[in-house]
Amino acid sequence: MIEVRQLAKRFGNTPAVREVSFGVSAGELLVLVGGSGCGKTTTLKMINRLTEPTSGTVLIEGQDVSALPGHVLRRGIGYVFQRVGLFPHMTVEQNVAVPLSLLGWAAGRIRERVGEVLELVEIDPSLRHRRPAELSGGQQQRVGVARALSSEPKVMLLDEPFGALDPLTRDRLQQSFVGIRKRLGLTAIFVTHDMIEALLLADRIAVMNDGRLVQVGTPHELLASPADEYVERLVDTPRRQARTFDELMAGVAR
Amino acid sequence: MDLLPGYLTAHLQLALVALLVGIAVSVPLGVLAARVRWLEQPVLGVASVIQTIPSLALLAAMVPLLAAAHLPSIGYLPAFIGLVLYSVLPILRNTVTGLATVDPALIEAARGVGMTPRQRLVRVELPLAMPVIIAGIRTATIWTVGIATLSTPVGATSLGNYIFTGLQTRNQSAILVGCIAAAVLALTLDGLVRLVAVGWERRHRGLLGVALGATALLYLYTGVTLGRELLRTQHERILVGAKTFTEQYVLSEILAGQMMHETGTPAEVAQALGSTVAFDALRTGDIDVYVDYSGTIWATLMHREASPTNRSDVLSEVEQFLRERHGIVVVGALGFENAYALAMRRERAERLRVRRISDLVLHAPTLSIGGDYEFFGRAEWRAIRERYGLGFATERSMDSSLMYQAVAQGNVDVISAFSTDGRIAALELVVLEDDRGAIPPYDAVILASERLRRRHPEAIDALRRLVGTIDGDAMRRMNLAVDEGGQSPTAVARAFLEALWNRE
Ligand SMILES: Nc1ncnc2c1ncn2[C@@H]1O[C@H](COP(=O)(O)OP(=O)(O)O)[C@@H](O)[C@H]1O
Ligand SMILES: [Mg+2]
Repeated sequence: MIEVRQLAKRFGNTPAVREVSFGVSAGELLVLVGGSGCGKTTTLKMINRLTEPTSGTVLIEGQDVSALPGHVLRRGIGYVFQRVGLFPHMTVEQNVAVPLSLLGWAAGRIRERVGEVLELVEIDPSLRHRRPAELSGGQQQRVGVARALSSEPKVMLLDEPFGALDPLTRDRLQQSFVGIRKRLGLTAIFVTHDMIEALLLADRIAVMNDGRLVQVGTPHELLASPADEYVERLVDTPRRQARTFDELMAGVAR
Repeated sequence: MDLLPGYLTAHLQLALVALLVGIAVSVPLGVLAARVRWLEQPVLGVASVIQTIPSLALLAAMVPLLAAAHLPSIGYLPAFIGLVLYSVLPILRNTVTGLATVDPALIEAARGVGMTPRQRLVRVELPLAMPVIIAGIRTATIWTVGIATLSTPVGATSLGNYIFTGLQTRNQSAILVGCIAAAVLALTLDGLVRLVAVGWERRHRGLLGVALGATALLYLYTGVTLGRELLRTQHERILVGAKTFTEQYVLSEILAGQMMHETGTPAEVAQALGSTVAFDALRTGDIDVYVDYSGTIWATLMHREASPTNRSDVLSEVEQFLRERHGIVVVGALGFENAYALAMRRERAERLRVRRISDLVLHAPTLSIGGDYEFFGRAEWRAIRERYGLGFATERSMDSSLMYQAVAQGNVDVISAFSTDGRIAALELVVLEDDRGAIPPYDAVILASERLRRRHPEAIDALRRLVGTIDGDAMRRMNLAVDEGGQSPTAVARAFLEALWNRE
């Protein structure tokens, strides 16, 4: 479904992403994980050409993304932003409707679809006429996901969508997202710096370090045979936390 | 007070249309400047330079520019263009700033959902910049309404007519009415823009509807009245010019009243034109008729020294010059002279034993002289200085309406008075004799355009009936009735005309 070949980006003389290659098959969720500044966002933005690559190619359903005008390409790909993504001067409803109106949908059909997709992300209908500033962080990110989903894109790109939320809200949103993904059979690339989130959500995980792809594999493969010291340290944290948790539980049980 | 609706409408016609055009020019220009980086500095630079030109000067500068381009240089157009230029900077600057301060993350989000650059501008950047742009429009609204009061001297009617007439005729309440009306109008329009902004921001349909509805009504009213006026101008209307002093206001009303009475063609007065502005306007056909003085034309246009002190010689040479060189019709002399004259307080002149200008030469180095805005730049002043070898300690320019007060109170010792000014007698001033003939005679003559003679020969006939009907005393009485008696120039003119018509 998505094919990334030797994708590279330099900003001036500093390489941000160095010849990265991986593939995502239809219906699969690939989580891109790695430390801050390792090139995850840049890689993601090169897929929908928010950033133009220095070299390399991206194919979606076999078609080179550089063949389409950027804005046409992006209308077919849902994108959830790391930080501010909702337009503050529009209501919830209007925000979600933006991709649909760009595609030239009729008003009636837009209204219907906006209702559906807001229901899907569990946004209460009473919030539909609010501005983003009048929503909680979790609600804002649900609306962001709804907007990315509204046009039923073939591919979704999510850049740390739950990164700024408190743990409880993040957990609820992760659960919703898992549910939605299963129901819609989405193909998605999900960026996070949180290994636990990666392990929970991913079909496969791609680990990046300093602009390079270090290892791609299922959560099990990563845990069982980390490719290098960096991956090992990365998976060690959740493992240690799980052990501590088990010990605590055992103590309570005794 | 009965003039208020007319002045207010004229003021709206200037300010509202200029503002609309200003917005239509500066918002796109601001968008362009925000887009094309290298344009930003030059565009903002030019707008700032325009802003530093004093507003009165900017409006006045439009007159020769338009005349050079063979466009109507008196009246609505020069004032309108000046106002548009003035309204550009605040809107332009705020558009550029507003667009520049949009969060880059939101611009990326707009790209991310698949907007084209144009959709991004219309759907995201402009709406987010709107509060800042509206703040700029509010500033421009206040400025435009305020500065529109300065369009009177370029011949456009506005609330400024109250202020300028009031200043000239020492009518404090007229000045006050003009200022208050302009201020109230500025605040009302500003409030309306604010209401639109609040309605927009809060998505309050009712509020937005009321504000936009009121704005639309105002524009509709302005558009309809302006359209009707333009049609009427196309149709037939005789425009009488008046320079910036009381006598000219009275005379222009007399000319207008006489022509309307005799021909039925509507005649209007364009007030407070600078002296060369009035002449140029007549030459280009922007006004049809006004009163000038033979000596003024003799000295400033013909650049002649004042040798022939004979009134009729000067008059006939001036007539010939105007007819042959400028195609201007000299209808005839009204019958009085309004000469530039040096005047002093009687008591002071007697103490210094000054009767003639040549008596002044000895004292001048310790005396100060006050003159109207034009005086010290005029050929007559040069001629007086050279002929007598006069040199005053200080020369002070001031408004002609304040000169007389200034000399009466001893703030200056000598002034460049107008010989028909009623205040010479009222304030116990004496006119010094021009014993060396430096000052030419100043017969008041009615000048008309060739076009008026072609289109309305009957109006020329009507004006001809005024020739020789006003002597120096009559003019002085009428000036005094306005300057000290508190009557309006229109009322004084009407009284004169009724007396004239009764006699006939
Ligand atoms: N527009 C840009 N200009 C210059 N450098 C950039 C730009 N965007 C990202 N970088 C640099 O590229 C590297 C990778 O950034 P990014 O992809 O945002 O990392 P991540 O999302 O993994 O935290 C960082 O060193 C960052 O400073
Ligand atoms: Mg990032």
